[in-house]
Amino acid sequence: MLEIIDLHVSVEGKEILRGVSLEVKKGEVHALMGPNGSGKSTLSFVLMGHPKYKITQGRITFDGKDVTHASADERARMGLFLGFQYPTEISGVSLFNFLKTAYNSSREEKVSSMEFREIMKDKMELLGVHEDFVKRYLNEGFSGGEKKRGEILQMAVLGPKVMILDETDSGLDVDSLKVVSNGINKVASKENGILLITHYQRILKYIRPNFVHVMIDGRIAKSGGHKLAEELEEKGYDFVRKEIEDG
Amino acid sequence: MGKISLNDSYEKKFGWNMKVQSVNETEPGLSSRTIRDISGFKKETGRNRWIHDFRMKALKHFLERPMPKWGGKLDGIDFDDLVYYMSGVDKGGDNWDDLPENIRKTFEKLGIPEAERKTLSGVGAQFDSEVVYHKVREDMEKQGVIFVDPDTGLHKHSKIFKHWFGKVVPAFDNKFAALNSAVFSGGSFVYIPKGVQVAMPLQAYFRINAPKFGQFERTLIIADEGSRVHYIEGCTAPVYSKDSLHSAVVEIVALPGSHVRYTTLQNWSKNVYNLVTKRAYAFENSTVEWVDANMGSRLTMKYPSVYLKGAGARADILSVAFAGKDQHQDTGAKAVHLAPNTTSRITAKSVSKDGGRTSYRGLLHIAKRADNVKSSVRCDALLLDPESKTDTYPYNEILNETAVTTHEASVGKIGEEQMFYLMSRGLTETEALNMVVTGFFDAFAKEIPLEYAIEFNRLIQLEMEGSVG
Repeated sequence: MLEIIDLHVSVEGKEILRGVSLEVKKGEVHALMGPNGSGKSTLSFVLMGHPKYKITQGRITFDGKDVTHASADERARMGLFLGFQYPTEISGVSLFNFLKTAYNSSREEKVSSMEFREIMKDKMELLGVHEDFVKRYLNEGFSGGEKKRGEILQMAVLGPKVMILDETDSGLDVDSLKVVSNGINKVASKENGILLITHYQRILKYIRPNFVHVMIDGRIAKSGGHKLAEELEEKGYDFVRKEIEDG
Repeated sequence: MGKISLNDSYEKKFGWNMKVQSVNETEPGLSSRTIRDISGFKKETGRNRWIHDFRMKALKHFLERPMPKWGGKLDGIDFDDLVYYMSGVDKGGDNWDDLPENIRKTFEKLGIPEAERKTLSGVGAQFDSEVVYHKVREDMEKQGVIFVDPDTGLHKHSKIFKHWFGKVVPAFDNKFAALNSAVFSGGSFVYIPKGVQVAMPLQAYFRINAPKFGQFERTLIIADEGSRVHYIEGCTAPVYSKDSLHSAVVEIVALPGSHVRYTTLQNWSKNVYNLVTKRAYAFENSTVEWVDANMGSRLTMKYPSVYLKGAGARADILSVAFAGKDQHQDTGAKAVHLAPNTTSRITAKSVSKDGGRTSYRGLLHIAKRADNVKSSVRCDALLLDPESKTDTYPYNEILNETAVTTHEASVGKIGEEQMFYLMSRGLTETEALNMVVTGFFDAFAKEIPLEYAIEFNRLIQLEMEGSVG
C-alpha cells in the first residue's frame, strides 16, 4: 500500500537518505529501528510530505498513486497518517475542533459537533482520556504521555490506511506505553499497515511487528523478522554496522 | 448579526448600498453654516441652545488645530468634499415598519431585527446621521433603563445629560474629538439606574449608506451605583471608490460599584477612515471593560481608555486587530491610574496579512498619589507574510513606586512546523492558516456572546480567503 523506491533525500544540501526502499502492505506491521541520526525521523517526515526535505531521487507510491510530490494534506486525505515524535503546540485551537476539521476534510458528508462527539466517544475511552482533555488547546501544556495519547487518539479517529509512528514510545512511562500500545493494536487491522519507527525495542513487547528493518547512515542495512529486534536488543546496533563493514 | 457563508465577499455581504431619499442634509464641506443647519434639524434652541454653542466652539478648535503627525496617514481625507449630515428620516422611532422601505431593508439584510428578537435587551440602529430605530425591552424600561439617541437624551433627560456630556472626552481633547463635538449626530444615551442589572446586551448598529460621507455619532453611557450593563456595537458600510470618515466619541461613566462592558466589532469597508475617541471614568470599585475588535476600515486610530478615578477600580481592555491589504490598524489602550488599589489589564492581539500594518499604541500612567496599583500589559502580533508589518509604541509614566507592573510583547510568524502538523491531518493550507489565526484570536472570541463569536470567526475566515475587495 505504501511503497518507497530507492529514495534519496537532502536537507540543506546534505544527503540524509541514500537509497531507501521499503514496502508496507495491508495488514503488516513494520518496525524501523536504528541509532540516533540514522535518518529514521527524516524518512517519516518525507513520507508525510514535509516541504523542508528535498527528494533528489526515487519515488513514493501510496494506494497505487505516485505521491512523491504530493502535499501533506493530499497524502493525509488519501489515508496516510504520521504520529509525531514531538507534536506541535497550537494555542487557541482545541484538540476537539482541530480533529473535527481534520475528520471532515476527507469526507464529502461533514459531521456536526454533536455527531463528532459520538464518533470520539469510544476512541477517547480507548486512550483513557476525558472530555476536558479534548477541550484543551492542541498539545499546549501537555505532558509527554498526553501528547502521545493525543496522537494515537487522532489516529484512531481518522482511521488511516497507513500509519507512520515516529518514536511514539519515547518519553512514555510504562503505564502510558501500555495504553498507547493498546490503542495502536486496536486500530491495527487487516485493512491497514503500520510503520513503527523506534530507537528502542521496548514498544515491540506490546506491538509485535511482522518485519524489522535496521537503518544505518540513511540506508536500510538489514531486514528480518521479529527475532531481529531481540538480536538488536542483545548486541546493539554495532553488530549490524560491523556486518556492513565486513561486507 | 447576519449570516455569511464562506464564499461571500465583503461587497456581497456588507458592501452594497441602498437608494434612499434624504430628508435633511447639509451641503458638502464644513463651516459654521453646517453647524447651524445641524442645530436647526435638531431644534437646539431655548434651554438647549448650549449644545449649539458647544458645537460652534468645537468647530473653531477643530479648524485651528493641526492634523496629528503621528499614527496613520490621514491625507486621503478630503474635508471639503465630505457631507457631514444626511438623514433619510426626520425623526427615528421604535417601529421598524414605520421606516422608509430601503432603510428597513438595510437592517433586515444585516439581521438586526432578528438579533433583537432573540438575544438583546435593546437595539439602536443608525443610518447615516440619524438613529432611525431605538427600542429597549419593556421590562428594562420599567426598571428605569434609558437607551435613546442623544437628541432624546438632550431633550428629555436634560439634567443628567448636561451633567456628563463632554466631561469624559472634552471637545478640545484632540482634533477628531473636536470635529465630532462640532457635528455629532446619532449614537446612544444610556442610563442604568442604581443596582439595575441588564442581563442581555444593549446593541447599537451603525450603518453608513451614503458615499463621501462622515458619520459622527456620540455615545454617553452612565452606569449608576452597583448597576451592570453590556453594550455592543457593530458597523458596516458600502464599498465606494471615494473615502468616507467615521469619527465617533464614546464617553462612559462607571459610578461606584458598577460594571460596564463595551464591545465593538468594527467592520467598516476599506474606504472608511475610522478615528474614534473612547474613554471611561471608573469610580470607586467599579469595573470597565473595553472589548474592541477592528477588522475593517482603511485606517483606524483608536485607543480605548480608562481613567481609574476611584479606589479599587478595575480596567480590562482587550483589543484585537486584523490588517489586510491596504489597511492600517493603529490601535491600543490607555490606563490612567489616579487612585490607590486600582488595577488594569491590557491585552492586545493583532494579525497582519498581505502587506497590512498593525500598530499597538498604549499608555500606562500611574499617578503619584495612586498607591498599590497593579497593571499588566500584553501584546502579541502575528505576521502572515514578509510584506506585512507590525510595531508597538508603549508609553509608561509611573510616578508611584509601589506599583507592580508587567509588560510582555511578542511578534510571531506562523511556523512551518505548525502548518505541517495541521496539514498532515488533512487540512488544506488555507484551513490550517485559518485555524492558527482563529486560535490566536480565541482569547477574544471567548469574551463575546456566542453569536458574535461565530460572526467574528466568519469574518476572520473571510479575511483569510482574501476575497475582500
